[in-house]
Amino acid sequence: MFGREEKVSQLRLTAVQYVLLGIFLVLAFGLWRLQVARSDYYTTLAEQNRIKQVPMLAPRGKILDREGRIIVDNYPSFSVLLLRDQNRNLDVDADKIASGLHIPPDELRARLKRMAAVPGYQPLFLKDDITPDELAFIESHRADLPELDIITVHRRLYPKNGFMAHIIGYVGQVSEDMLTQPQWELYNPGDIVGMSGVEQYYNDILMGKNGSRQVLVNSRGKEVGTLSDVQAIPGKQLKLTIDLDLQIAAEEALEGRPGAVVAMDPRNGEILAMVSRPAFDPNEFAVRITRDEWNQLMTDPGKPLLNKAIQAQLAPGSVFKVIMATAGLQEGIAQDLVVNCGGGKTFYGRFFKCWIASNHTTHGSVNISKAIYQSCDSYFYTLAEKLGIGRIAKYATMLGLGQKTGVDLPQEVSGVMPSEEWKIKNFKQKWYAGETISVGIGQGAVTTTPIQLMRAVGAITSGGVLVRPHVAFPDQFPPGFKQVANYTDRVQIPLDEDNWMLITDALAQVVSPVGTAPSAALKGIDFAGKTGSAQTISNDLKKRLGAEGKHFKDNGWFVGVTPRRNPEIVVAVLLEEGEHGYYAARATAQVIKAYVEKQRNLQTQVAKASGQASKQAEVAAVWHDGDTKQPDKMQAGRFTVTADGKTKPVTTAPGLDQSDHPKPAADLEATESHDEMAHPENQIPAPEPPKPPNLKPEEQQNQEKPDVKPPAPAAAVAPTRQP
Amino acid sequence: MSRYISYRDFDWVLLVLVLTICALGVVEIYSATLSTKFMGVHIKQVYWILAGVGLMFIVSLLNYSALLERVPLLYLVSIASLVAVEVFGKKYLGARRWVQIGSFHFQPSEWVKLVLILAMAKYFADSKPECTAQDIVKAGALVGVPMFMVLAQPDLGTALTYLPIAIMGLFLGGMKAKHALVIVLLAALLAPVGWHVLKPYQRDRLTSFMEPEADPQRHGYQVIQSLVAVGSGGIFGKGTAHGSQTQGQFLPVPHTDFIFAAFAEEHGFLGAMGLLLLYFIVLMRLIQNAQTAPDRAGAFVVMGVVAVLAFHVLINVGMAVGFMPVTGIPLPLMSYGGSSVLFMFLALGIVMNIRMRRFVN
Repeated sequence: MFGREEKVSQLRLTAVQYVLLGIFLVLAFGLWRLQVARSDYYTTLAEQNRIKQVPMLAPRGKILDREGRIIVDNYPSFSVLLLRDQNRNLDVDADKIASGLHIPPDELRARLKRMAAVPGYQPLFLKDDITPDELAFIESHRADLPELDIITVHRRLYPKNGFMAHIIGYVGQVSEDMLTQPQWELYNPGDIVGMSGVEQYYNDILMGKNGSRQVLVNSRGKEVGTLSDVQAIPGKQLKLTIDLDLQIAAEEALEGRPGAVVAMDPRNGEILAMVSRPAFDPNEFAVRITRDEWNQLMTDPGKPLLNKAIQAQLAPGSVFKVIMATAGLQEGIAQDLVVNCGGGKTFYGRFFKCWIASNHTTHGSVNISKAIYQSCDSYFYTLAEKLGIGRIAKYATMLGLGQKTGVDLPQEVSGVMPSEEWKIKNFKQKWYAGETISVGIGQGAVTTTPIQLMRAVGAITSGGVLVRPHVAFPDQFPPGFKQVANYTDRVQIPLDEDNWMLITDALAQVVSPVGTAPSAALKGIDFAGKTGSAQTISNDLKKRLGAEGKHFKDNGWFVGVTPRRNPEIVVAVLLEEGEHGYYAARATAQVIKAYVEKQRNLQTQVAKASGQASKQAEVAAVWHDGDTKQPDKMQAGRFTVTADGKTKPVTTAPGLDQSDHPKPAADLEATESHDEMAHPENQIPAPEPPKPPNLKPEEQQNQEKPDVKPPAPAAAVAPTRQP
Repeated sequence: MSRYISYRDFDWVLLVLVLTICALGVVEIYSATLSTKFMGVHIKQVYWILAGVGLMFIVSLLNYSALLERVPLLYLVSIASLVAVEVFGKKYLGARRWVQIGSFHFQPSEWVKLVLILAMAKYFADSKPECTAQDIVKAGALVGVPMFMVLAQPDLGTALTYLPIAIMGLFLGGMKAKHALVIVLLAALLAPVGWHVLKPYQRDRLTSFMEPEADPQRHGYQVIQSLVAVGSGGIFGKGTAHGSQTQGQFLPVPHTDFIFAAFAEEHGFLGAMGLLLLYFIVLMRLIQNAQTAPDRAGAFVVMGVVAVLAFHVLINVGMAVGFMPVTGIPLPLMSYGGSSVLFMFLALGIVMNIRMRRFVN
């Protein structure tokens, strides 16, 4: 081509070509170095690359009492995982693994088979709560059994011997078939969720969110890279309205007899104690419960799994008369009604007996006050007839009978408050006037739960203010928490002041020499309440059964308050087969006394806090002396102690110590990486031996580190004198 | 002036070579994304390639001279788009590189590359064969301004790809050796300053490639995994979709940045060398087109494309074999990603454009 200048220096273009050639030769050399010269080295490295997916389990929230003392806690334990995607022949290794971990080899193989359909990266949980020797076995076989892995999990630690078992509940694993039920829909199989009690009701608060970690490890298990890391979100702790001191007193008051106790502050609905006996030990559920143990619990006639405080609907007996009195006075009938007891009265051709008749005497002439404190059946039969079931049902329903109280525990029952409509609806029969008579003394078709009765009597003595009982403080719930009911609900029932005074004064007389429970009187305390003795079968049936009929003993009830008007506490006690109300009254008195003494102690301490030379405090205490052979035996006493700062009140629920569980070494607890585990030269320290429960005060003091070390059992101070 | 252009002059050989590389890329993307959440993106890559080919044909019809005349305007538009990213851009992976228009993500820094090639070509085409100091400064500013804007995103990797354009332009423009020396000295003196400006993770990246074992869990991790993948491929490779490091997710982002390592693992030394050879031939072919370009500007444009392409290959393959730090620069024609594919085909379109007019005055 003519006339063309050299557009671009050909020399320089050629230079560029050679530069490019040089670059490519360098790259080729790099390739050669890796893929030809050092191929074996890198091949080995490649084979050693492994990915491990490790779940990071979220610890569940603690459960505390109203003063922040620990009731339910977690303890760390180790679980063994079997990783199934590590290119290992698991069948060959199965025997070795089984013997080292003390699992039957057939069971291991069967479980592997069952997991065949599950994706390979999901590990199999072989065993929980492994012992130190099993841990050592896994550590020492890191190289030849790389498919085994250990994770730290937190297990639930509950108070021993079923203390607060029904309120707390227990946790368990979500199983596949549970997922079909609507309440469990949102969970995954294997999640640990609450199955009863507050563990279930407040599961969303207590349960955290598990995280997971995908790490790159070489064949020695050493971590060489992290692929992903999702942090676990721990569960939040739950503060209950329960007062541990009162709870202990309530359990003690029941003395192992079957029944229930429930105590509440009627000013705000906070439940201070709740007991149901017999109970179960939720610690047995925390590790897997066997089918036999479960069946035993289910078929036990004492019904240990039932929370009788909210799930036992029984005839209230004479306690119902308080409600009858309210109805009678508000309707203007009872003020002027005077009845001649006569040991019973006839209605509609039938003779209805008054209980006093079995003492071969009568109550004589009875007005409303005497009818209450002497619990005269004849009076209330008459009153019932005059009121009619409609009006009785109206007042009873206003006071919450026949409905759930809405307490924040699962599976509460509503009891029955009969009425004409109720009978037609449920039995397609007319209500007979004769049935009203029995209802008048709390028998017949009417059934209540202890918590209902407690709330009703609490309402009446508070001047007609009905509250919603609850066991957890509503102000601690996070904003998104779905509250089924408004915990601070208050409903005002119409109750005239005169009627209120009359009823409450009469109730105070119940525990006086003229009442039905004089033995329950408490010196220096304004204690009032109502006894109840409820038949479990009718008199006719009892006669017909003859000797066997004697087995059907009456239930004893008592609902008590202090002070009599605008009470600070209302306590209901049900003693199954307790026969007479005054046994229940004495149990109630114990709880009331514990409450009052605690209040007074606080007041004394506050008074004394203004710096005096010799600080003395009166202390009332309930404790266990650490005798492990008699775990239920509690002691109580009142002492004067020098307040020198060494006294330590109850800090946690009884039996809530960690001495039974081998504690891992502190540094293993803290780290998540397995670097230490990869080195066999790291010794696993032997677990600390269980701490002896009997402690002197100075040692006790050293124990009081927050929520890690085993706390002292419920003890105030070594007694200076026996009560 | 009307020019007769015929598709016989179209560089079919180049097209075949390029499409071969693309095909290998699609296969490797398919293998690298098997059973991951990116499964199926190789289809998307095919769509990008087809679109790119279409674009290439369209662009080859234009008169590149007309394009060059509009360079000042194009340059302003690119600066404006970079400003837009700075102001409106969405942060993704810690850097603001994208602007969202409707449902499209627009990454200006790729198009800016193209404009820079044209700008550089025009600048040197109009000037004398000798390159003065003034020219150096002007050329430096031409490239430097957008480069620093990209650096501020921050996108160190892409910003660096503007450098070869400047270097190639200066070199071919007749820069004297002594000028080059001065620049090198200046760069050496300013290096410590530059070091301070860099963010810590960028510094770590630059150093860790030299000693990856020092920090195997974070920055050294990618380098180590790449070496393991490439090295364990051996001479013959492990076979398509059988590379344990690629399939086992040990090799990070095997369908984009580390696609060469994935390819090397699965096709071994023979395969990797073959691929390198393909790239080499493509570059040589491009240089030949530059030699036969009708004018100075055309030649500069083609060489600009050569510079960018060679730079990408050097950095990316160098990274895969441990000679270069990890920088996130894709392997052209193979790495998954629409921007990169489209850029390459646009650039190739212009090259075709120039080639087809080589017999015309």
